[in-house]
Amino acid sequence: MAIIPKKTPMREQPPKERIKNFNEVPLGYTPEEAINEAKRCLQCKKPPCVKGCPVEIDIPGFIEKIREGNFKEAIRILKDKNSLPAICGRVCPQEDQCEKECVLGKKYEPVGIGRLERFAADWEAEQGIMEIPKIEKSTGKKVAVVGSGPAGLTCASELAKMGHEVVIFEALHKPGGVLVYGIPEFRLPKIIVEREVNYIKALGVKIICNFVVGKTKTVDELLEEFDAVFVGTGAGLPWFMNIPGENYTGIYSANEYLIRVNLMKAYLFPEYDTPIVRGKNVAVIGGGNVAMDAARTALRLGAEKSMIIYRRSKNEMPARIEEIERAEEEGVIFHFLTLPVRYYADENGKVKEMECIRMELGEPDHSGRRKPIPIPNSNFKIPVDTVVVAIGQSPNPLIPQTTKGIEVGKHGNIIIDEKTGKTTKKGVFAGGDIATGAATVILAMGAGKVAARAIDEYIKTGIW
Amino acid sequence: MAKILKKEILAPNIKKIIVEAPEVAKKAQPGQFVILRIDEKGERIPLTIGDFDREKGTLTIVFQEVGKSTYHLGLLNEGDEILDFVGPLGKPSEIEKFGTVCCIGGGVGTPEIYPVARALKEVGNYVISIIGARNKELVIMEKEMREVSDELYITTDDGTYGMKGFVTDALKKILDSGKKIDRVIAVGPVMMMKAVSELTKNYNIKTIVSLNAMMLDGTGMCGICRVEIGGETKFACVDGPEFDGHLVNYDLLMARLRTYLEEEKLSLKLFKEKMGIQ
Ligand SMILES: Cc1cc2nc3c(=O)[nH]c(=O)nc-3n(C[C@H](O)[C@H](O)[C@H](O)COP(=O)(O)OP(=O)(O)OC[C@H]3O[C@@H](n4cnc5c(N)ncnc54)[C@H](O)[C@@H]3O)c2cc1C
Ligand code: SF4
Ligand code: FES
Repeated sequence: MAIIPKKTPMREQPPKERIKNFNEVPLGYTPEEAINEAKRCLQCKKPPCVKGCPVEIDIPGFIEKIREGNFKEAIRILKDKNSLPAICGRVCPQEDQCEKECVLGKKYEPVGIGRLERFAADWEAEQGIMEIPKIEKSTGKKVAVVGSGPAGLTCASELAKMGHEVVIFEALHKPGGVLVYGIPEFRLPKIIVEREVNYIKALGVKIICNFVVGKTKTVDELLEEFDAVFVGTGAGLPWFMNIPGENYTGIYSANEYLIRVNLMKAYLFPEYDTPIVRGKNVAVIGGGNVAMDAARTALRLGAEKSMIIYRRSKNEMPARIEEIERAEEEGVIFHFLTLPVRYYADENGKVKEMECIRMELGEPDHSGRRKPIPIPNSNFKIPVDTVVVAIGQSPNPLIPQTTKGIEVGKHGNIIIDEKTGKTTKKGVFAGGDIATGAATVILAMGAGKVAARAIDEYIKTGIW
Repeated sequence: MAKILKKEILAPNIKKIIVEAPEVAKKAQPGQFVILRIDEKGERIPLTIGDFDREKGTLTIVFQEVGKSTYHLGLLNEGDEILDFVGPLGKPSEIEKFGTVCCIGGGVGTPEIYPVARALKEVGNYVISIIGARNKELVIMEKEMREVSDELYITTDDGTYGMKGFVTDALKKILDSGKKIDRVIAVGPVMMMKAVSELTKNYNIKTIVSLNAMMLDGTGMCGICRVEIGGETKFACVDGPEFDGHLVNYDLLMARLRTYLEEEKLSLKLFKEKMGIQ
């Protein structure tokens, strides 16, 4: 059978339409499209794609079931290794993981593994049935999970299945971590996150929101009530550049900008109470996924110009290629090799202009990317009324600051044993962005799963 | 969810509620705050903890109706529930024996300074308190403040009660009478805290102010609450809310507080129309 060189295309909202709404951009496969795409898979005997998957999903296995039209079995295979397939199918960087390794990718486009994963998960949701897996007999042991991002949710669901009593403590008013407050609706509809959270609740996990561990109760106090604690508090501390004028109004951290829009639904102001500045000339500083999300959000809020300001060139951008392409299609303007150096404000203290300097690429630095160097006397100004600083974030410092005995690395990340998630404090485990620094959903989930296994062993044996 | 157990009107547009929140009450300390959200479409707003009762598991919050959310809060009745209620947040006030301290409360800053004054008194400080309001009607918590103060001064802008003038006039009078004050703690409108800080700088008295920056998460995640202290950026929700009054960039704070002025006006107007409030 001849190989079809390209992925089965997925219908999506046209760029001109979609920048006027917050609805999801790609619309998903129909069963026929999914089956066609599944047919492209060669069913390799030693599938390299599985090696590229951080949670080792049986990829040819689930694709084969889609090809046969047995979607129910396909989702079962997926869920065997990945409890959040509807989310991962949408936000995983497949081009760096499974699809990067796919043999088809050597000559043609790889199999659309992510698209097929999404299809199977959405199909299940459409059936309106939620299959609850077998839950082991109650062990009488209790585990506290701090933070309800992908790391915490995964750890909690694994432990619940093992028969332990699990309580998740979340600082915000809604569970989901970055999935609800960071990643925009048009990439990950919040209803999907809600569905996954309900699934985890159906496993018997109790979720307590509005509870800041370290403030409402400390980790040590939790250890009096629980047999173990898992810390999955993420990388929530935003970085700023510390340049003059950065505190003028109209200058946001990406976290603030995205929390307003995603968690607080500021795009629906005044129906919802939380406002946001609807800038006309928006500059987003940074080149990662977070920056792309902010720039695309700005367009949807009515920006005439939404600009990405990035100090290196396009090749070095850490954002997913797909996200960069979508941003380009939607009309985001890219200023590469450009670094902001100061801001100017009007008489009310509101930002009105940004001074930048041009950069050139020098020798590769420790990350292997060519280091940007400022070109002297190349300063120029750009008029702006909104700036979003999306240059990264560090691990949340609250838990290490309020808990004795949890050691952190030089970037504030909690030090763990990677094979078990054990921290330097007895009974306390950690994983996800709090341990690695800002990374990915799937890695956070993987860490949650690894820790769940080690927690199970620890609370059953008492051996640290 | 946090249930409102008691509600009291202290003055026109100033209300006090006692809320059932046992876990927050257990940990609350003077100077800290909570963040609440009234309903599903509500915004998250920070409010300073006025008082707490660890045994009963309750918190007292006094607020002034200024924007939509506080007006809405003021319409809730005993028995109603607040959807989201999280705390205690921020660093507690420094409570130590300093000697003679002057606690200044302006407007709804008075209920906020009250637990601080009480704690300072309990550890053996000589407490001089000054409370200021626009007029007699708006003077609140006089009785409570008197109980925890060795001396109490009241000022009103229009002279309808106590001394005519601002809290700074009273403070200056006390200082000029030769009294030695070791520390000033001022809570109230930004302009007031700025004026107090300017005055005490001349006298070289350490002054602590509590900054009412805008907040969202209250846990150091968003950076909206950033303030400049001695030229350095700090997050008021986790590094504060109390800071050295002599180092605060008040103009920046005021500008940042004005970010959503238009939106806040619109929101309040629509709410008042909907509820039929004048
Ligand atoms: C805008 C944006 C876009 C992204 N896009 C992608 C993408 O496309 N693909 C991808 O794979 N990854 C993406 N990421 C990264 C990914 O979301 C994170 O790596 C992942 O969510 C980390 O999971 P986590 O569970 O470790 O932490 P988080 O998701 O950060 O969750 C931590 C949770 O802990 C809570 N918490 C913190 N402190 C406390 C405390 N003291 N007490 C109680 N609760 C607490 C927080 O409120 C939060 O809910 C993106 C990130 C952002 C910000
Ligand atoms: S590598 Fe590609 S072709 Fe081979 S099994 Fe995996 S998805 Fe199918
Ligand atoms: S309120 Fe968000 S960081 Fe302080």
